Amino acid sequence: MILDGKCPKGPIEQSWDKHRFDMKLVNPSNKRKYKILVVGTGLAGGAAAATLGELGYNVEAFCYQDSARRAHSIAAQGGINAAKAYPNDGDSIFRLFYDTIKGGDFRAREADVWRLAQVSNNIIDQCVAQGVPFARDYAGYLDNRSFGGAQVSRTFFARGQTGQQLLLGAYSAISRQIKAGTVKLFARTEMLDLVVVDGEAKGITVRDLVTGEIRTHVGDAVVLCTGGYVNVFYLSTNAMGCSVTANWRAHKKGAYFANPCYTQIHPTCIPQTGEHQSKLTLMSESLRNDGRCWAPKKQGDNRPPNEIPEEERDYYLERKYPSFGNLAPRDIASRAAKEQCDDNRGVGPGGRGVYLDFAASIKRLGEDTIRERYGNLFEMYEKITDENGYKVPMRIYPAPHYAMGGLWVDYNCESNVPGLFVLGEANFSVHGANRLGASALMQGLADGYFVIPYTIANYLVKTAPGKVKADNPECKKSLENVNTEMKKLLSINGKKTVSEFHRALGKIMWNNVGMARSEQSLKEAIKQIPVLREEFWQNVKVTGSGPELNQQLENAWRVADFLEFGELLAKDALHRDESCGGHFRVEHQMPDGEAKRDDENFCYAAAWEFKGVGKEPELHKEPLVFENVHLAVRSYK
Amino acid sequence: MNLTLHVWRQAGPNQPGKLEVYEAKHVSPDQSFLEMLDEVNEELIKGGKDPISFDHDCREGICGMCSQVINGVPHGGQDRTTVCQLHMRTFKDGDSIFIEPWRARAFPLLRDLVVDRTALDRIIESGGYTSCHTGGVADGNAILIPKPDAEYAMDAAECIGCGACVAGCPNGSAMLFTSAKVAQLAALPQGKAEAAQRVCAMTESMKENGFGNCTNHYECQAACPKGINVKFIAKLNREFQKSLFE
Repeated sequence: MILDGKCPKGPIEQSWDKHRFDMKLVNPSNKRKYKILVVGTGLAGGAAAATLGELGYNVEAFCYQDSARRAHSIAAQGGINAAKAYPNDGDSIFRLFYDTIKGGDFRAREADVWRLAQVSNNIIDQCVAQGVPFARDYAGYLDNRSFGGAQVSRTFFARGQTGQQLLLGAYSAISRQIKAGTVKLFARTEMLDLVVVDGEAKGITVRDLVTGEIRTHVGDAVVLCTGGYVNVFYLSTNAMGCSVTANWRAHKKGAYFANPCYTQIHPTCIPQTGEHQSKLTLMSESLRNDGRCWAPKKQGDNRPPNEIPEEERDYYLERKYPSFGNLAPRDIASRAAKEQCDDNRGVGPGGRGVYLDFAASIKRLGEDTIRERYGNLFEMYEKITDENGYKVPMRIYPAPHYAMGGLWVDYNCESNVPGLFVLGEANFSVHGANRLGASALMQGLADGYFVIPYTIANYLVKTAPGKVKADNPECKKSLENVNTEMKKLLSINGKKTVSEFHRALGKIMWNNVGMARSEQSLKEAIKQIPVLREEFWQNVKVTGSGPELNQQLENAWRVADFLEFGELLAKDALHRDESCGGHFRVEHQMPDGEAKRDDENFCYAAAWEFKGVGKEPELHKEPLVFENVHLAVRSYK
Repeated sequence: MNLTLHVWRQAGPNQPGKLEVYEAKHVSPDQSFLEMLDEVNEELIKGGKDPISFDHDCREGICGMCSQVINGVPHGGQDRTTVCQLHMRTFKDGDSIFIEPWRARAFPLLRDLVVDRTALDRIIESGGYTSCHTGGVADGNAILIPKPDAEYAMDAAECIGCGACVAGCPNGSAMLFTSAKVAQLAALPQGKAEAAQRVCAMTESMKENGFGNCTNHYECQAACPKGINVKFIAKLNREFQKSLFE
């Protein structure tokens, strides 16, 4: 089937304004009759729940953490992009739009990206009004920094904790609505199923993580803001609780999963130290503004970095990409680091690392300036590695970080299941095959504050409020299914722990579906994953019982879903017989090792329909049309 | 290294709890404290026992989920460090480590090391925001905030809401937590309009939610993984007094 993104026609500059006018509205006095279920309270979910509450809708918000202030948006460090052009350096909405399309390697929808660039300016204003303490200069004006993939300074930041401050802004807005009574929050509550009635999303089945109670909430629309899935690699920069579960459950109920193979491997993470490692820690790529990436020129060079003379160092990003240098986009910087290590020129334990050196910047600007800009990152680095980044170069290595793929949505952020909306990292819409730095925060807040409040109304006017009641047979069925699954998980009582399975899956994914993928490695993964999944359902050990706080059970559910999802990811990567952005197929590269796209055959979004576990999913295509930015080879040289 | 752990185990809110002893063997100095506990849990699971429940999520010191009192000190006593960022190289072979939950009247225990901190959310709900509606706000540069003011607000805004200040306080007070939000917003022009109302509502909510009062022990600042300064408590007191004259 050919999918229609329902993008507005006409000049792109007017597309969002025109669409806003064309959409239907819900009368203010009718809004409170509609109940909207918002799952996840990160930037997208927090912003959506707060704004929908402000508008007068009856909102129920859900998060698995103990508070709406903790979602993993909080860990974003570097900043948020906006086309304010305050520095007068040539930025504009069009340039932000252009950079995002190009950065995504021409695999995103133009209209969605345009809208994102347009509302980016409103986001900054909104956050300032909330009291987000963005960096300012002495005269009181907002400060900007530059970021990967752009030649202008358009990134707004709050020290190294921009995500935290923006999330606390959204959290304060949602808190205000909780007090006003328009939003009801269910913390420590995890979504385990989507309830679909007559083809429309009308509820969710959740588990209360404290009491273990499994129950269904019904509403008039469901908004998933449940983040990304890169914990499928086990080791990633995501929080431990991040999972694909909510999205996967929606997928199993009919929602198409788009471009799952587009995963971002972030270049500046702290290298792994051993088998005990539970997660990897990212350091903001803003570090690349002042840090220089290098590896020794000589293979197997074991000298400490300070003893390697200047002429024996290879500043490989500056050498390969003179115009962008250390600010090359993430996918390019990650692959370049891997190349150095594969060439036996890596540093640190196991040779899986390259240097990020601040010596030149410290000499130029002084240690104090560097401390002011990145103090918290240097501190974090020292806590984890016991090394002082001001004295010796940091060691970095790429790690799975972000999912550009996600549930398929149209221009209204609505999935193919009517009434199911998907926002933020959970959808696939704006980042194409690679996301630029400081764009995730922008997307989460754009979707939550400025897109869903308009587009959801367009759906709601077509549906009578309170159509589905809690005693609907579909609710009962969903409850039964979740309960049956739980009983099964608890009764296997095998020999291997949940995290042993997760680690094993992570190894398969990282080795075969990681930074460099080949037909052979992907086929290998597609062979191995079902075997592991089979073993999981025969041999996993989940302790405890259902009606209690049981963290093993929570994890077992998440890992069970990853074991199904990983296969789809690998299948999508196998089907996409080209390289683009974060998806790098070794068969398709330029003579200099850059990703080689195949626009003739693959200029589309791949949306997969679920046909059963272990069964071949069905592929639906949404062709991508570029009318404003011409398809071109991405170059950062 | 090998360690002996004394861990608080409690099956539920109304059940009796006690310290149980576990051995942590072959611990690597590069492991984080939580990774050490992960391995202890793996052993417990394989032995058919219930693993230790503890809150954690981001494991990079920013989400504020992790919450353990280690050897009597919230987050383990390393300067400005959450439990998840505490590394085993700060311990030595043969150490005994006591691990307990946050203990405070306002934080009912749920299981083992997991407590209910929603009382902190209720303090924010009472007024920890500016009442701005989405859309219809001024341009970000229309409000000038000189760098020192922005920095002051940011110092306060760094709070991760973990509750270590409450756990460290002999009175179980949430004064540092509350004052950080009051001070952040009072320092900014956007927050000034509601400053008086906010400080009254938030201190009232603090009382209602079972937190004690501040008697200047400063244990909160010592326990805070983000180094939030007690000067914000002075700011709160000042804002409170100012509100009486409005």
